[in-house]
Amino acid sequence: MSVQAVSGASDVAAAILPRRGGFAGALSDLLWRKPGLLLFLMLAPPLLWLGVVYIGSLIALLAQSFFSIDEFSGLISRELTLKTYGDLFQPANLDIIVRTVTMAALVTLASAVVAFPIAYYAARYARGKWKALFYLGVMLPLWSSYLVKVYAWKLILAKEGILTWVFAKLHLSWLLDGWLSLPVVGGNSLSVSFTGTFIVFVYVWLPFMILPIQAALERVPGNLVEASSDLGASPGQTFRNVLFPLALPGIVAGSIFTFSLTLGDYIIPQIIGTSRLFIGQAVYAQQGTAGNIPLAAAFTVVPIVIMGFYLWGAKRMGAFNAL
Amino acid sequence: MTPAVAFQKTSRHFGAVRAVDAVDLEIKPGEFFAMLGPSGSGKTTCLRLIAGFEQPTAGSISIFGERAEGVPPYRRNVNTVFQDYALFPHLNVLDNVAYGLMVKGVSRDERHRAAEDALKLVQLPGYGGRKPGQLSGGQRQRVALARALVNKPKVLLLDEPLGALDLKLRESMQEELKQLQKALGITFVFVTHDQGEALSMADRVAVFNDGRIMQVGAPEDIYQRPASRFVADFVGSSNVLPPDFVQRYAGERRWGSLRPEQIRIRRDTSGDGVAARVVSRHYLGAATKLSLDADGLRLHATVPSGAAIPEDGAHVMLTFNRDQLHLMEEQA
Amino acid sequence: MRSDRSQSAPLGIKIAAAVGLAFLHLPILLIFVYAFTTEEKSYQWPPPGLTTQWFAATWARPDVWQALGLSVQVAAISTAIALVLGTLCAAAVSQTRFFGREAISLLVILPIALPGIITGIALRSAFSLAEIPFSFWTIVLGHATFCVVVVYNNAVARFRRTSGSLIEASMDLGADGFQTFRHVILPNIGTALLAGGMLAFALSFDEVIVTTFTAGQQQTLPIWMLEELVRPRQRPVTNVVAMVVVLATLLPILAAYYLTREGDQIAGAGK
Repeated sequence: MSVQAVSGASDVAAAILPRRGGFAGALSDLLWRKPGLLLFLMLAPPLLWLGVVYIGSLIALLAQSFFSIDEFSGLISRELTLKTYGDLFQPANLDIIVRTVTMAALVTLASAVVAFPIAYYAARYARGKWKALFYLGVMLPLWSSYLVKVYAWKLILAKEGILTWVFAKLHLSWLLDGWLSLPVVGGNSLSVSFTGTFIVFVYVWLPFMILPIQAALERVPGNLVEASSDLGASPGQTFRNVLFPLALPGIVAGSIFTFSLTLGDYIIPQIIGTSRLFIGQAVYAQQGTAGNIPLAAAFTVVPIVIMGFYLWGAKRMGAFNAL
Repeated sequence: MTPAVAFQKTSRHFGAVRAVDAVDLEIKPGEFFAMLGPSGSGKTTCLRLIAGFEQPTAGSISIFGERAEGVPPYRRNVNTVFQDYALFPHLNVLDNVAYGLMVKGVSRDERHRAAEDALKLVQLPGYGGRKPGQLSGGQRQRVALARALVNKPKVLLLDEPLGALDLKLRESMQEELKQLQKALGITFVFVTHDQGEALSMADRVAVFNDGRIMQVGAPEDIYQRPASRFVADFVGSSNVLPPDFVQRYAGERRWGSLRPEQIRIRRDTSGDGVAARVVSRHYLGAATKLSLDADGLRLHATVPSGAAIPEDGAHVMLTFNRDQLHLMEEQA
Repeated sequence: MRSDRSQSAPLGIKIAAAVGLAFLHLPILLIFVYAFTTEEKSYQWPPPGLTTQWFAATWARPDVWQALGLSVQVAAISTAIALVLGTLCAAAVSQTRFFGREAISLLVILPIALPGIITGIALRSAFSLAEIPFSFWTIVLGHATFCVVVVYNNAVARFRRTSGSLIEASMDLGADGFQTFRHVILPNIGTALLAGGMLAFALSFDEVIVTTFTAGQQQTLPIWMLEELVRPRQRPVTNVVAMVVVLATLLPILAAYYLTREGDQIAGAGK
């Protein structure tokens, strides 16, 4: 042991060292002595930005829903009134709300059905390299450009596009035409029908459903599934009684995204869909061409309220642990 | 002589929790000092008060005569070996050890030379190029030790230094730490909940409970002459004797303690002694520990292996030397 | 799920998973084919012929370059702001305990948890109330708001994995607050910040919903594309731009993925 290397000088040195010189040394000491000041300095910029600018804007928006528009001059009167909410609940607007909520619910259901096998395979069977590949296989579409994805579907669903071609090659054109001739879901072509809108919504939000379900399934011990089948349960029974209840928090967590995103989207129904409006489009039209900011603001309250209830219910089901 | 560390009526309260409560303590320079106590007893908070991670809410702390309240950890010539070692994962072993010198502005060559020497001191020469993740638990601990010692601290603090090591490694590390401390002459203050570790390594031991020091003394003092029921109970496995019992044998109405190995057992139940019944037996290898019931008083006694061991339920007579019955300071 | 028995999936699950993944990827791949089609006026399939002439045509379009330039600038500045705000917020939330920590996490997530149209119209009406004219900076303001959460999530995850005693160890060894930040905190969270920054960049580069509300006459690349989608002028150019956007967002995402994987090993090494 080379003790000399370390001992010796310790007799001479002071127990308390002098402050490092300069402004940095003084500031460091000050922040150390006052951790509250440090916390304040760390939190002030993000809180100013998000708390004041963002929350302030949201409150301003909500406040505007209590203003009203003068029908003759088109000017906004800044007196508090519930008149705008009266306008919101006119039959035409209620139609929009019901249509949007129905679409959001259908999209959520379909996403869950399509997402489950992918999530289940990734969580239970994929290993090592395949696991990474599956993860990227979900992450890449999730992060790829939203508009490009919508655009790709415009190509696919167009009358002269690939889907019509596939149906023709399979001699199934009668099926497609039959579907398009149906009321409500049909239309001139898939790209101007609710069916098209629905498919694109499911496609675009699907990764948001896969990831939470996978996260929920990862936490299910594999031997639970084996135990169930050892006890004589059929695959269907195992799914109903074991897998589905355990995956449910993940499905609810994913549905928060699919539901909320569908409620607020205005680009997909504008590009692929009919001329009948969704909430997002109504907001866009009211604030833009119609210039009726109060009604636009009142429209945005609808998804906020719906999502508020949705989140409250989801929290009670323990879905936040799966996020 | 100026004490290495002095607490004067030092308290650290967290709201209503009195983690450290009006503690008076002096640690001598060059001493190997142990702070012993159950978890939550305030021993670790005391260590953190010396290091500077906590500030006293009342009272004062001096390090080698200099007042330390309000002085940040980085300006105290005191270094710590952390319980989880806290090695920097992004630096290799050499740069970990040289870290303290680096932030003080020591040149690269010089600090690397000093770090190599410190690694030799903890018997890890040539390990400088590895990452902490490539080391075993025992090796990481040596690196943490070298990283602290390279700064030539006035006081070295060790927080449960051997807690994460397995038994065999722990015993060899105990020996090594003790030799290192002797050779360097640096004041070591270490925190542990293991009474065996504290007694075998330290020059003096402070026993903590509920934020207060129950007793300070040399290991033999603490072991042979506990000042209170808590110390008798926590340090080793003394029999705590109630005042009535003690009065009968020592004439004073005080709490007393008696070590298990000082109790002798006789099968013959006639004559003087304390009548008792054997409740259970635990074979410990070198000895067998007996649980005894003496008219409602639970006692423990150890009988060396090879001696005759009474069976469970046997009625026996217990005897002991009166002067081995220790009277505690704690009032009845 | 962990299962020690190495077993393969039932055929039904395999097929459903494969079809699902194909459903996710084929539409994007289709864009690559359309970028080479000779058809100008419609979305005809199969393409009547293949050509590379549209790459040159796109290259020569000043409006595409302008939109691309604006998008890159907005994304770069928004990312820089989000890096500062997100890291500060993550450090405060994970390194200290204070009243209202939960509320701050919620506040950070809110801009992407609420539908984008709400964030967009809220900002737009706030600008009009405060009489702030639309500009480059109003776009940046909107983007930075929802980019903070990406950086925040990455930084918080890394802080959580980084042993809290590292900071104490650094101060114990004589490093003051700034030295500790420079020599210990930054190297440990660096890759997480880089990954968060790349994701924030991709998010901003791609954003259209909020941007339509916070941009005046200026066109970011997504706004340009939206215009082309609503009122197509030269479809092949749009195809080429769409393909380039896919490739351009692919790289930061892959990089972020590998960075955080690497980071796990670094952060886990101290344990």
